[in-house]
Formats: sequence, structure tokens, C-alpha cells
Amino acid sequence: MELFLNLCVSGLTKGSIYALIALGYTMVYGIIALINFAHGEIYMIGAFTALIFSMALGALGLSGWGLLLACGLLAAVYCAMYGWTLEKIAYKPLRGQSRLAPLISAIGMSIFLQNYVQLVQTPNFLAYPDLIPPLPFAGALSGVATKSQVAIVAATALSMIALTLFIKRTRMGLAMRAVSQDPTMARLSGVNIDRVISSTFVIGSVFAAVGGLLIGCATRQIDSYQGFLAGMKAFTAAVLGGIGSVPGAVIGSLILGFSESFAAGYVSSDYEDVVAFVLLILILTLRPDGIMGSATTQKV
Amino acid sequence: MAQDTQENLPVPPPPAAGAVPVSAFRRLLGELRAAALSAVWFSVLALPLVVFRINSASGRIDYLWGRLPRLAAAAFLATLTWRFLLRRVGFSRVRRAVVEAGGPPPEGARGPEGSWLTLLDRAPAKRAILAAGALLLLSIPFWATPYVVTVMITALIYITLGLGLNIVVGVAGLLNLGYAAFFAVGAYTFALLHANLGLGFWACLPLGALAATLLGLLLGIPILRLSGDYLAIVTLGFAEIVRLVLVNVGFTNGPRGIRNIPPPSLLGIDLNGSVKPLLVPRGLLHADMDLNKVFIYFVILAIVALTVACVFRLENSRLGRAWLALREDEVACQAMGINRTRAKLTAFALGSTWAGLAGVVFASQITFINPQSFTFLTSVMVLSIVVLGGMGSIPGVMIGAVVLILLPEYLREFSDYRMLIFGLIMVVMMVFRPQGIIPSTRRVYIYRPEDHAGAPAGDALPPEGARP
Repeated sequence: MELFLNLCVSGLTKGSIYALIALGYTMVYGIIALINFAHGEIYMIGAFTALIFSMALGALGLSGWGLLLACGLLAAVYCAMYGWTLEKIAYKPLRGQSRLAPLISAIGMSIFLQNYVQLVQTPNFLAYPDLIPPLPFAGALSGVATKSQVAIVAATALSMIALTLFIKRTRMGLAMRAVSQDPTMARLSGVNIDRVISSTFVIGSVFAAVGGLLIGCATRQIDSYQGFLAGMKAFTAAVLGGIGSVPGAVIGSLILGFSESFAAGYVSSDYEDVVAFVLLILILTLRPDGIMGSATTQKV
Repeated sequence: MAQDTQENLPVPPPPAAGAVPVSAFRRLLGELRAAALSAVWFSVLALPLVVFRINSASGRIDYLWGRLPRLAAAAFLATLTWRFLLRRVGFSRVRRAVVEAGGPPPEGARGPEGSWLTLLDRAPAKRAILAAGALLLLSIPFWATPYVVTVMITALIYITLGLGLNIVVGVAGLLNLGYAAFFAVGAYTFALLHANLGLGFWACLPLGALAATLLGLLLGIPILRLSGDYLAIVTLGFAEIVRLVLVNVGFTNGPRGIRNIPPPSLLGIDLNGSVKPLLVPRGLLHADMDLNKVFIYFVILAIVALTVACVFRLENSRLGRAWLALREDEVACQAMGINRTRAKLTAFALGSTWAGLAGVVFASQITFINPQSFTFLTSVMVLSIVVLGGMGSIPGVMIGAVVLILLPEYLREFSDYRMLIFGLIMVVMMVFRPQGIIPSTRRVYIYRPEDHAGAPAGDALPPEGARP
């Protein structure tokens, strides 16, 4: 029973991290139907920037909640800037081209960013400090969930609520929904498409930065390759839920997180990743548009 | 498509007569300002990662401020070039759009007939280039160093892979992100059959191809209903499953891989023992050359020739046309009576066959395989070859493979920056030449209303001729 509970908690944690990254994939896909392959690298850069700022600010005497918030904020700002620049360089000049050209440019950008971080920092593992200060009510959960697991789930839940409010309540959110439904019609109604696309990249990158910071604190080490596998899994999760749909991304991520965690616990940790992909193929065979995706009927 | 491009691009303003020097000066100033702004932006962007190099275990931070001016200067120059090139590409796109829309060609516009690429369309030139290329490829082992031969074998293996994937992605339009899986199956078929049953290269070559083809069919069946990016992600997941199985299953020896894979035999002749002493003293062979490598080189060269012939025949066959129709429009293609299931399955299966062949040759070339050789990066590499070279174009794929395999070798001098530059080139290529190095020159029929002004309604449209 205790194993089951622990597996549930670790599945929820994994799913939360995937959800934070998957949001970036699914939002970008919803707006411009592009797989932003470099998104996993943004997540990795988020982890690195947060670590760098934590050391620089730590040297200045900051600690506790102040340090965590400052690092999170700076990492988010920097990732947003990277996401914005990425779109301007690698995707904007390619609008209106075939679908494969932006995909290749995204893969190129992903290779570039990975090697950039290796070159200017290190190709090896870096130890990550535990930036999360002691939580007030953590005593009640001891033995079930660790401090960083609680923090990850809480931060993800907060982010999801904020994103939902943003999409439902703000003018930019409205513009995003409009563009994802029909870009041409949205432009005719006076929506500035360029700004909507840029904001999508910025928002996705901010979530990725939060995910990067939190995963660093949970696993206590990072390296420049971590973005790739996490990005691939998160993208799988987004597709699982129905790419382009925000709730779908969250549900897909949770399914993926839970199934991986149970596979690792009850079968073998060697087959953890196999389960994720087998699940993907099974679900897509039964529901080709993902769980929350709407089947598109083509009219001729 | 043409309208779309036109809308997104700024139409160049008409130059004001007489005011050229002033406006040119102004433009230059504007460009410099933009480049300076971008230099500042990139400096800010790079500040934490580039300047503060950390060692979190010891808690040390190195402040490398010296890197910043170099980075800013590089960003300044790169922006100037980037904007200059982007404007030129934009102009030529607008021009092409104007011409396609039926307008008069603008002054100074270079028509498609002026492009060097159309050289390839002329039969004598084509034959001369082919003959020269074949001669060069056949002669390489007799004057090059062993290193060159090894690199060329790799390039030829990737040409085979690229041509195979080209059937799936370029011709049938099914995005496959897991091509490395079929490559792996070919290589492992050979390695395992040799280790357990003692089968040699020639027996395993068709078996490896067969195994990959069957795997292609196996993957094809569950994904028939999928299309586009869902298909892409399923192929990616499938390749990961294959790789993880290879890592975890007992009989493949896991991550340690399989050793001592033999080279192909030539009628049982000991090439290094008996043939090499005949060639080296006459200056026909590098003294350090392994003749088994040379033989592999000729085997893979023959396979490439076979592949080119097959792919060329396939593209112009009934099946090839069905694939093209499938790529262009699935619904219309079904309405014309094409069996979509069969077209998709054959594309997947036939595309995988070449990966299986290439896998067997690869295993015998490097004599040691482990799952590390068949990661997602391998799939990406092959896909990049197809897209960078020019989708659906056989010479394009060949050039793409040579460029992508040789480029990292030439970049070895900048060893640290090698992959960095590689990634950047992929982005730059896609921005400035998204159709690939040698785009496919399929005949396209364009309807121009003015050509049919007097024609009675319902008249058949005459072909407009090829356009690149």
C-alpha cells in the first residue's frame, strides 16, 4: 500500500513536470501548427539560468524564499527572451513554407542550443542546490511525499490556474483562441498575429523555466542533455492528450507520469520509457486525434 | 501558396529617382542601428550563461567578461549579413510570386532558365556529370587515404538511408521520425545471425532487408489512420521502443553491444594477404589501407547505384504516382480510386528495406554495434539529409548526404564549435533555401487564364512546362 501511494505521488510529480513543458508544445502547436523541437532546450536553459542566478545572488547574501522567487523570476524572464528570439530567428522567416522546413530549423536550433550551453558552461553534470525552503505543513506529508514533490505539484497547479485564467479572461487569451481557431479570420478581425505568436512562445518558455528550476531542485543535478528526453516525453504527452488542447496536455502528462511511475515500480525501471511509448501508440491507434483532441472532418 | 508568400513579405518600395545617395545612406544607417540593437540584445541574452561560468560543486563562479565584446561583435556582423540576405531572398520571392501570378517579369529578374540548376536538365550535361561522378567515386580507393575511404563509406551508407527515407517522406509525404529503428534492425539482424548461426554478410544482406521490411509493415498497420504530426510522433516513439528493447533484452548484449562482426567475403579470398601486396608497390593503394574496407566501399557503392535505379523507377511507376497523389491530397487520392492502405503500407515497407540494407553494411563496416548508434539523432540526421538536399529529389538527397556527413569532418578543426555550427547551418539553410539544395523538378502544370482567353470552355489545358 505504501509502495502504491509512493508511486502515485511520484507519478503525479512526473506528470506535473511533463505538463509544464507540454504546455509550451501544445500552445505553439495550437497557434501555428509547428512542433517546436527546441522547447526542451528552453527548459534546460531555464534550469541552468536559475542555478547561475542562485549562485550569483546567493553570493550577495540572498536566501530562503527570496532567493527562490528571484531565481524563478529571472529564469522565467531569460527563458521568455530565449523563446522570443528563437521564434524570430528560426520560425518567423519560415512562415508560409512547407511544414517540414520549420521542423528541420527547429531541430537545428535544438542542436545549437544544446551545444551552446555545453560550450559556455560544461558538458558534465552540475550539482543542483535544494532551493526550496522548508514548507510549513510538510510534516503531515512526511513519508508520503518529499518537499520538492509537494512544491512541484503545487507550482504546477498554480501555473495551470493562472494559464486558464489568462486564456479565458484576457484580451490576449481571446486573441490566442481566435488565432488557433482560424488565423485568417482572426487577422481580418484585427488581431495582430505576430504578437499572438510571440506571446505564445513567451508563455510556453516561462512555464518551461519553472519546470527546469523545480526539476533541478528535485533531482539535485542537471546537464545539458536533459532537455532532449524531457522535451520528447512532454511532446508525447501533448500528443496523447490531443495536441493543441491545453487541458489535453495536462491530462496526457498525468497519464504519462502515472503509467511511467507504475511501470517502474511494478514491472522494471528498465522498461519505464517503453511503457510511455507503447501507451502512446495504443491510444493513438484507438483515438487518432488524442484524448481531448477533436476529430477533424475534412470537407471536400 | 504564391498569394500567401506575397502577403507575408514587404513589397519593395519604388526607388525615388534622383534621391538615391541620400536614401542609400539612410538605409545603411538604419541597418547599422538594427545591427547594434541586436548586438545589445544578444549580449543581454547571453549574459548569465556566457559570462558567469559556474562550478556548483565547489560553489565557484568565474566571471568571464572578456567573452562579451566578442559575442557582441559576432552578433553585430551576423545581423548585418542576416538582414541583407533576408532582404535579397524576400525580393526574389516577391519577384517569383509576381511572375507566377501572371505579371511581367520585373527588370533584372533572373528567370528559372538562367539558374545553374537547369544545367542538370540538359541531357548531355547530365550524362557528363554522371560519368564524371561515377569515375570519381570508383577511383577514390586507389588514391585516397584510408580515412577518406572510411568517411566515404559512411557518406554512402547515409545516401542509401536518405534515398530510402525519401520514399517515405519526400515522395509519399509520411513524416517518419524513427527511421533509425529500421537501420538498427538491419544491423542487428546481421550481428545476431552471425554470432548465433555463423551466417556471413551475403546471406544476411537480404535477410536484414527483409527483417526491416517486415518491421516497416508491422509499424505501418497500427498507424494507417494517423496522419501528419501524429504519425511523426508515433514513428518516433516506435524507434525509441526498438532502441530500449535492444538496450534491455538479454540476447542483444544490452548497451555493451555485439563485437567481431565480419567484413563481407569475396569468394573466400584473403584480400589483405593476397591482393594487397600486388597493388601497394605499384602505387595503386595507400600502404595502410585495409582492403576489406575497400571491398565494403565497392559493395555500398553498388547498393547506392541499385537504390538510385530502383527509386528512380519507383517514382515514375504506377505506385510512385499513387504515393505522390497521397502526399498532395489524401482525400482526392482516395476519390480517384487509389488504395490508400496499400500505398501507405508499401511506402513504409519499401522505405525500410533500404535502411535494412544500409544497416547490414554499417555493421560490417564498424565491426561493433550497440544501441548507441541508432538513437533519435540518427533519424534526425537522415531526415535532415532529405530535407536539406531537397525533398523528393534523388540528386538532392545525394548532395545532402555528402554535405551533412563531410561537413562535421571538415569542421573538426573547430572541434568545440562543430555541432554548434552544424545546428546553425541547418537553421540558416532552412531560412534561406527551404526547398533544399537541389529541389525536385517535377513537372507542374499551371493554368494561366490569358493563355486560354479565346479557347472554348471545357478545352483541355496544355502543359505549361517544368518549373523548379
